[in-house]
Amino acid sequence: MAKTKRVLALFLRFLAIGATIAAVIVMVTSHESSQVLDLTFTAKYSDDKAFKYFVIAEAIACAYSLIVLFTCSQSSLARLILILDVVIAMVLSSSVSAAVAIAHVGKKGNSHAGWLPICGQVPKFCDHVTGALVAAFAAAIIYFLLIFSTLYSAQNPLFL
Amino acid sequence: MASENGEKLDLSFNAVPDPKPNKEWVLLSLRVISFLATASATLLMALNKQTKNLVVATIGTTPVTIPLTAKFNHTPAFIFFVIVNGIASVYSLMVIAVDILGPQYDYKGLRLGLIAILDVMIMALAATGDGAATFMAELGRNGNSHARWEKICDKFEAYCNRGGGALVASFIGIILLLVVTVMSITKLLKLNRI
Repeated sequence: MAKTKRVLALFLRFLAIGATIAAVIVMVTSHESSQVLDLTFTAKYSDDKAFKYFVIAEAIACAYSLIVLFTCSQSSLARLILILDVVIAMVLSSSVSAAVAIAHVGKKGNSHAGWLPICGQVPKFCDHVTGALVAAFAAAIIYFLLIFSTLYSAQNPLFL
Repeated sequence: MASENGEKLDLSFNAVPDPKPNKEWVLLSLRVISFLATASATLLMALNKQTKNLVVATIGTTPVTIPLTAKFNHTPAFIFFVIVNGIASVYSLMVIAVDILGPQYDYKGLRLGLIAILDVMIMALAATGDGAATFMAELGRNGNSHARWEKICDKFEAYCNRGGGALVASFIGIILLLVVTVMSITKLLKLNRI
């Protein structure tokens, strides 16, 4: 049973690495420039601080997962790894929500502040960003599953 | 000596060993402070409102002024912030009540695990609300020249300052929630000798 635990944890971590890498790559390669009535609109991910924070946070989570996956096999550090997992899950979820907030303003605008939506001019950029957000959301959920499975299997070691 | 050993043996088979009273008080006081921080963040942001007469256009030589309001529910990010901080403060209050009322509400030792899991979830939720509100406030303060979104903080100073205060309170609450989560997870792992 302990082996099943370990295999499940490794598998979840591997999935999380894939999801965070996908989120980073999709966000970084999202740039579009379109011409409307003699005006050129360019949109890049680095225009917004929220998207830059998103890329940095996902990259940190990916590096952490890689390090834990490949170097840690002794269970004496299990407590420290669980605590770091909690911190990384927090960072991941906050980065997703920050990017979603700014993307919502880009898609719907904000009439009270006089901010116009930009998705009408750069639709492919908006689609790219949506894809990156979906991947990051999946990564955050996978991290929470990892934490809950570790906590659940620590509950009653006699019965698992 | 024999009775002492017998007592020690009894205690080690007890399902819920007595935690050191010191740690209990530290955990409880941290929960109280985080409850105060999240509750004050909720209230500060929910009561954040500023009305100002702004010049909108000029007809001839007379400027046309209309009163414009900045409220927290203009932005979904701030609405989410208020809701999430409200949930976090209500949760902190409930856990404080359960801790003070004592360990008689326990079901096969499930209480510690349930509190640890809920702590992780509520802390991540609070971090979510904070991240969204921080970057929305940053957008309001600096604007975004690429998307041609103008900043609003030069016109609504008090609104921005109060929002900033609510964000700071929420950050303090989240950091304390993180410490509390780490402590309850450690308690859970120590209980099961991992």
